[in-house]
Amino acid sequence: MLETLQNLDLTPFLLSFKLAGLTTIILFIISLPLAWYLSQSQSKIKPLIEALTALPIVLPPSVLGFYILIVFSQIDLNFSFVGLVIASCFYSLPFMVQPLQGGFESLNKNMLEASYIAGKSQFITLFRVALPNIKPALLTALIITFAHTVGEFGVVLMIGGSIPDETKVASIAIYEMVEIMDYQTAHIYAGLMVLISFVVLLSVYIFNHSNKRIGGIH
Amino acid sequence: MLSINITKKLYGAKGEMDLKINLSIKQGEFVALAGESGSGKTTLLRILAGLEEAKGKIVFEDRVWQDSASFLETQKREIGFVFQDYALFDNMSVEQNLLFVNNDKLLAKELLEITELDSLKDRFPKTLSGGQKQRVSLCRALMNRPKLLLMDEPLSALDPMMRNKLQNEILILHKRFETTIIMVSHDPSEIYRLASRVIVLDIGTVITDGTVKETLLQTSGSQKFAFEGEILEIIKVDVIYVAIVAIGQQLVEVVIAKEEANHLIVGQKIKVGTKSFSPRIV
Repeated sequence: MLETLQNLDLTPFLLSFKLAGLTTIILFIISLPLAWYLSQSQSKIKPLIEALTALPIVLPPSVLGFYILIVFSQIDLNFSFVGLVIASCFYSLPFMVQPLQGGFESLNKNMLEASYIAGKSQFITLFRVALPNIKPALLTALIITFAHTVGEFGVVLMIGGSIPDETKVASIAIYEMVEIMDYQTAHIYAGLMVLISFVVLLSVYIFNHSNKRIGGIH
Repeated sequence: MLSINITKKLYGAKGEMDLKINLSIKQGEFVALAGESGSGKTTLLRILAGLEEAKGKIVFEDRVWQDSASFLETQKREIGFVFQDYALFDNMSVEQNLLFVNNDKLLAKELLEITELDSLKDRFPKTLSGGQKQRVSLCRALMNRPKLLLMDEPLSALDPMMRNKLQNEILILHKRFETTIIMVSHDPSEIYRLASRVIVLDIGTVITDGTVKETLLQTSGSQKFAFEGEILEIIKVDVIYVAIVAIGQQLVEVVIAKEEANHLIVGQKIKVGTKSFSPRIV
């Protein structure tokens, strides 16, 4: 057992976290203006954009993976880390957009208007007024996106394959361990995943709960 | 000078109606905007602020705010707005709320002193009382020295003592900054103390427009006192009848004759008046 632990290859975990970290950063930059637009817009095309954004929640990862695979084969991105990051961005998009949009929609409309009346642009209002007042939603969006990307399996399997140090993330590694019947390593990997995921979720809920109790963020 | 000539279709509780306003307001005037809820008062303020669109023309001091060809966005109208629900920036302290509008520390200090908020300048909105929040909101609206200040029922959520105090502060600030003010209010005593002109809206149109005195001191008939009230109950006491009438916050008993009792019903809106007598003020 001790020997197994010592020889444990943690690269799949590091790769998972690198993938999740990059995906979260990229998605935050993309989703912030998108979520802001969706929360403020009354446009007729808004439901269309909302439906498109939510699509990855209901589609089987294999469907999403299949289409990405076809597109990526044209531009030679399959089975590469970059391809994995791009695919993850599609896959986790709703998990970033929806909490942010919900947060913005829950803001007092008059508060945003007070900022416009003060002569401030939408950009300043977004960063100085809106974003600081939705901290719990912001944290939820970041953490859930990160955690969801770590937990990704189907899409990664279809377009990433299992290239060590490149596309073999933790969830794929566990699958492989089971396949070659190395249950001991699979146990350790799986246990680690459960532990990390639980701690992450627990800290989000504790933060949001304590925010509600003190009645706001100061 | 503010000249307003606008129309807008509204869909309110009473169904569809047309907001049709044609007004001009002089520089430095303090106008009270009254009328039943749903008559279009708030919408008019929001149109003036550029927060809602309407057809027509608005010109303020030779600058076209909107006409058929152009629409000046809210940010460029340089106005102040006091919201009924205060709408303070929860993530900023009292002082930061003011400085966010305009980074003029001297002005912020002066406003906070006039409204006795200087000791609370580092507090956050969530820890303030309603009256304190409303004063912050008022100060914030004055931070960019607006030539036009719009207030949507600024004092309606406050108790009478606090109202009184804030009315004085509004008067001081009005004199100090020589701002043109349009304030939505339902309270006749508040309007009398603050405003010089009253405009009453009903279903989207102006039904009364005049000085405070001619509008509020209505003495139709020869009675000295007349109050609008609602009958809550009619009780028979021996040979007479007594009606319990709610006048404002107060309940009074009014003796009525049998014939009157027969055609009055509970819930009816009535006017209680009295003629020659000299009241004592205690």
